[in-house]
Amino acid sequence: MHTGADALPSEQPAPEEGRTFYRALVLRRQLILAALALALFLSLCVDLALGPARFSLGEVLAALFSPDDVSLQARVILWEIRMPVALMALVVGASLSVAGAQMQTILSNPLASPFTLGISAGASFGAALALAFGVVIVPAAVDYVIPINAFVMAMLTAFAIHALSMRRGVTIETIVLLGIAMVFIFNSLMALIQFFASQQAVSAVVFWTMGSLTKATWPKLWISLGVLATVMPLLARHGWALTAMRLGDAKAESLGVKPRALRLEVLVLVSLLAAIAVAFVGTIGFIGLVGPHIARLLLGEDQRFFLPGSALCGALILSIGSVLSKVLIPGTVIPIGIITSLVGIPFFLFLVLSNKKASW
Amino acid sequence: MVTLTLDGLSARYGRRSILSEITTPPLEGGQVVAVLGPNAAGKSTLFRRIFGLLAGGGIVRITGAISERPVAYMPQETGVNAVLTVYESVLLARMQGRRLNVKPEDLAEVDRALDELGIVALGERDIGDLSGGQRQMVGAAQALVQNPEVLLLDEPTSALDLHRQIQLLSILRRLAKERGMLVIAALHDLGHALRFTDQALVLQGGTLVDCGPTEEVVTPELLYRVYHVTARIERCSKGRPQLIVEEAV
Repeated sequence: MHTGADALPSEQPAPEEGRTFYRALVLRRQLILAALALALFLSLCVDLALGPARFSLGEVLAALFSPDDVSLQARVILWEIRMPVALMALVVGASLSVAGAQMQTILSNPLASPFTLGISAGASFGAALALAFGVVIVPAAVDYVIPINAFVMAMLTAFAIHALSMRRGVTIETIVLLGIAMVFIFNSLMALIQFFASQQAVSAVVFWTMGSLTKATWPKLWISLGVLATVMPLLARHGWALTAMRLGDAKAESLGVKPRALRLEVLVLVSLLAAIAVAFVGTIGFIGLVGPHIARLLLGEDQRFFLPGSALCGALILSIGSVLSKVLIPGTVIPIGIITSLVGIPFFLFLVLSNKKASW
Repeated sequence: MVTLTLDGLSARYGRRSILSEITTPPLEGGQVVAVLGPNAAGKSTLFRRIFGLLAGGGIVRITGAISERPVAYMPQETGVNAVLTVYESVLLARMQGRRLNVKPEDLAEVDRALDELGIVALGERDIGDLSGGQRQMVGAAQALVQNPEVLLLDEPTSALDLHRQIQLLSILRRLAKERGMLVIAALHDLGHALRFTDQALVLQGGTLVDCGPTEEVVTPELLYRVYHVTARIERCSKGRPQLIVEEAV
């Protein structure tokens, strides 16, 4: 290493300790990702095994890898009934966590997530319009009216935030405040709907807003998975640029990144992810907050690890949440949104109150 | 060798003109050029305009460059709280616009940049844990790792202690000579400008008030006119010009 000023050697080969350190860092992260993937698979198996009819892990594995060797009943229950729900937990968890991770990245705010930016609240409002008053924004098959309403309102919310954020003088801090304003607006509108709606409709709205994976079906799963599988490579393509965004706009610009254009593109992509996820399963809060923070602690913020890590963490949390929703009160499936909120709110408070750099 | 020429360069923020009609003779590679001027003279704007971050009139002409992206720019240092190590943050600067997979030669370039600046030991540290001066050295590494032919540095020594200031400017001067790189740095210390730079551009109120060899440009008259201080320049025993500032007027 150089120590002096003018009398510095110029043509010595660079030391290799940096390379060695970096390769070890990369290997550690690859192992953490592999461990997360393994934990996710185990959680999926446990989730599949639990329910009114219980199966052993051996039976679940047999049903997964050689379905012909298990009974027809087990095959139907595991593949037709539980699999879409269990996989939906993975896809929705991954979608919300990735959405939260990228919102935090581009807005430089640890509290940004689909939930805190009002996208979930917009979706709830869209669903409530259909449930309480039969308002159909886009005519569709009965099974899809509520998700489409929720999706359209979630996207409108996202676009409203985008449009307002493009105004001159609007900073990234303002965007987060705009999101919070959106949450308040939709909460007020929801209260108004509940005031005028029938008792039955109010129950339906409340149940929807709790968020439940039991609404999952194979077609809905394929749509959600399709969006996730489309958006992930588009985000990964910007991996280096998104990592640079964490150094601040001025530094990112100096490295050739166009922060405003990237922010807009990523906001559109992650709004789509979040809107689809929330539209199909209702409001599931805090995954978009907790998932990315755990990924950040484990893997740092190099997007090549942070992006898949956020997806795996979100999927794992929601999958574990799905297991807990079945076992906490035997015989009852608690809506998953309640579980994630119960876990998420203390974590949220911890983030707000602690000033730990390690978590941000 | 690379040559940079500014021809009638101007820039505006909204209706406010920040730079007007900046025209320089060709600035050739192998030199260190100081951009001087009081606060709000337009130094940072000039860098942003040269780098293409600001639109405006005039032309930035770069000739003789070999690479596709010959210019690297280090903005003024700001705090960051990203969860990245120094090594990653320098690698990241090299990898912009490239594929996701990192090649051995990319890691070798990062090692070289850290080594050139004497900050190999910082590689494993989190950037959020660094002092302002250390972050500034990392910022210089992020610019150097891009192997630029024209290096724009906006106040690269503002947070450094005296040892690091001398060290960084010496390294930049050596690299300019060795690589034929054109280094353009905004400096507030005119003593450093006299010692380490070949040419100087002096800005005041967004216009270029003087331009030429540093020793010819940095004179008591200029200091009085632009910085509003009385000063004299003497030569030390080694023949180097020394700036002695007397008082502000």
